[in-house]
Amino acid sequence: MTRYFARKIGLYLLAFWAGVTIDWAIPRLMPGNPIAAYVSRFSLNSQGPWTALYQLFNKAFGYNLPIWDQYWHYWDNLFHGNLGISLYAFPEKVTTLIAQAAPYTLALLVPAITLSYVLGNRVGAMAARRKALDNTVLPLGYLFQAMPYAWLALAAAFYLAQIERWFPVQGGSAAGVAAGFTWVYIWGLVSHWFLPFLTVFLVSFGGWSIGMRNLVIYELETDYARYLRALGAPSRLVRRYAYRNAVLPQLSGLALALGTVIGGNIVTEVVFQYPGLGHLIYTAATDQDYSLLQGIFIFIIVGVLVANFVIDIVYILIDPRTRLSMQGAAA
Amino acid sequence: MSDADQTAATGTTGAPLAAGAPLAVGAPLAAVSPSATAPVASGAGKRKVYSGGRRWEFLYFAVRNKKLVIGLSVEIIFVLAAIIGPFVAPYPPKQFVAPAFLHPSWSHLLGTSYFGQDVFSLLLDSLRESYLVGFLGAAFAGIIGLAIGFIAGWRGGWLDEVLQTFTYIVVMIPSLVLLIVIGAYLKSHSAFFEGVFIGVTTWPWVARAVRAQTFTLRQRDFVDLARLSGKRGPSIVLKDIAPNMASYILLAFILLFGSSMLIAVNYDFLGLGPTSGVSLGDMLNLAELWSGLQLHLWWWFIPPGAVMTLMVAALLVANVGLDEVFNPKLRET
Repeated sequence: MTRYFARKIGLYLLAFWAGVTIDWAIPRLMPGNPIAAYVSRFSLNSQGPWTALYQLFNKAFGYNLPIWDQYWHYWDNLFHGNLGISLYAFPEKVTTLIAQAAPYTLALLVPAITLSYVLGNRVGAMAARRKALDNTVLPLGYLFQAMPYAWLALAAAFYLAQIERWFPVQGGSAAGVAAGFTWVYIWGLVSHWFLPFLTVFLVSFGGWSIGMRNLVIYELETDYARYLRALGAPSRLVRRYAYRNAVLPQLSGLALALGTVIGGNIVTEVVFQYPGLGHLIYTAATDQDYSLLQGIFIFIIVGVLVANFVIDIVYILIDPRTRLSMQGAAA
Repeated sequence: MSDADQTAATGTTGAPLAAGAPLAVGAPLAAVSPSATAPVASGAGKRKVYSGGRRWEFLYFAVRNKKLVIGLSVEIIFVLAAIIGPFVAPYPPKQFVAPAFLHPSWSHLLGTSYFGQDVFSLLLDSLRESYLVGFLGAAFAGIIGLAIGFIAGWRGGWLDEVLQTFTYIVVMIPSLVLLIVIGAYLKSHSAFFEGVFIGVTTWPWVARAVRAQTFTLRQRDFVDLARLSGKRGPSIVLKDIAPNMASYILLAFILLFGSSMLIAVNYDFLGLGPTSGVSLGDMLNLAELWSGLQLHLWWWFIPPGAVMTLMVAALLVANVGLDEVFNPKLRET
């Protein structure tokens, strides 16, 4: 058990290190100079003040230090929870902005990912044995796989919000309503949340149900399933065994898909102007707010790693082989 | 395939397929196809069993596979449209040729945009770049994935550990977020950059699958034989192991092609795409930026996504069909 976890945690630390290093290196490797870009915002006409300001900011951001010192400072700041100060929302701290946006993203992604995964698995397993369901779920699932997500979200926003006016088009909560535990405010939150949630859910749902259908069909053809049937086991039992086996590769698939889903969330939040992290990182990019950009990047990587860790634990819980080998019994 | 199609198809057997032995008539079906559930047709001439050479076998089943034929035909139509589109487009795509906000009509098949561009001409012009980026992404992802998968699977040991860890880290870093951070610094980039970036971030699943297959294949007798005969590793991998996965590699490439085009739409939609070009994602981006939604200019942003859906769906359908052609267990014949 310790060995398994030590290995996993080592992998996570390595990934974290790689993420932070990439994040640190990008502004320093890229052509163009972020400080110069920032100073040119002040639209100074003469060279003298420009150089003075440039040197001031260069020093303030620590770009005048030797490269290794810059690297250590970066880590030092990171461990003190200091991600710098935002430029676009000056003088707000990057951490404050992230803390404001993160709840929206979590409220969107956690239910969308878990619900689509659980329901997708169930429906996919059902489709594997019911022809009628198979003939509807499978083509629909493939259709959702073939749609560009940005377009699906735009079309949903257009039809359900602009034409039918069932949902508000944009934003995260009702405009002009004070935050608090009032019905109007909470209803505003829910109605703004629903459309982005629905589009993420539908796309992921299609993928999981197709995957599960194929896996269950494969499992039902294996020797143990044939043997069980030959013994006269009720088909319910056979299907349950097939399901329990098929769910394991699906769970590893979920771990692999997390990065894509979390990245894709940027598109969701931009289409619906939903005030989560995706929207924040998009604003940071368009406003060239580099410290905010880097801060969110690290935060998202930590999020992906934490989610992966949770999936690892769930995997141990549902796979009797890893569970037993950890308790010291023979696998 | 229904029996009627079957008869029609076998009736028109072309020259290349006739290269093998004459088609046996009325042979027991179960002998060739494990799908015993398919109704066994009686009567001569209704069911024919292929008994030609292996070389033509795939082609024989390929032209009889509805999914493959339909998917491929639709895809070819779009590729042709992408190639000749700019020459037959009714208007120059980027110029403002008409009043803005025109509804679709005979003179402007898909109306005009916020700026008065002809949307149909824009659409024809955009296909090319979407295909180009999709192809580049698939090619790079395929090459990197194959190389890493082969090396990790063939060598094993510590190199395998290192490569797997590397693959894992690439999976963990969300590529769209990375591209946004990079894009904020790069003022302009090309379609080539976008394709390479997509390739460099999507290879891991190919590498994982190729590694697993190489692992099982390298324990086979024929690989041992090749090794005994003094062949070197790279040559064994390329000449003895790779051909055994040829069908898988082709299928993976098709899937990569589709997913690269979809990823490119997302990138372009966020304004991270090629600076100079016009792509389907760029059309969505512009429609979003210039309130196409609020102004109800549906003909501006619905067609590009619908076309992309068709392009990718055709690939997926062809992929399922190809799978049936390569895998005898899945054949419905």
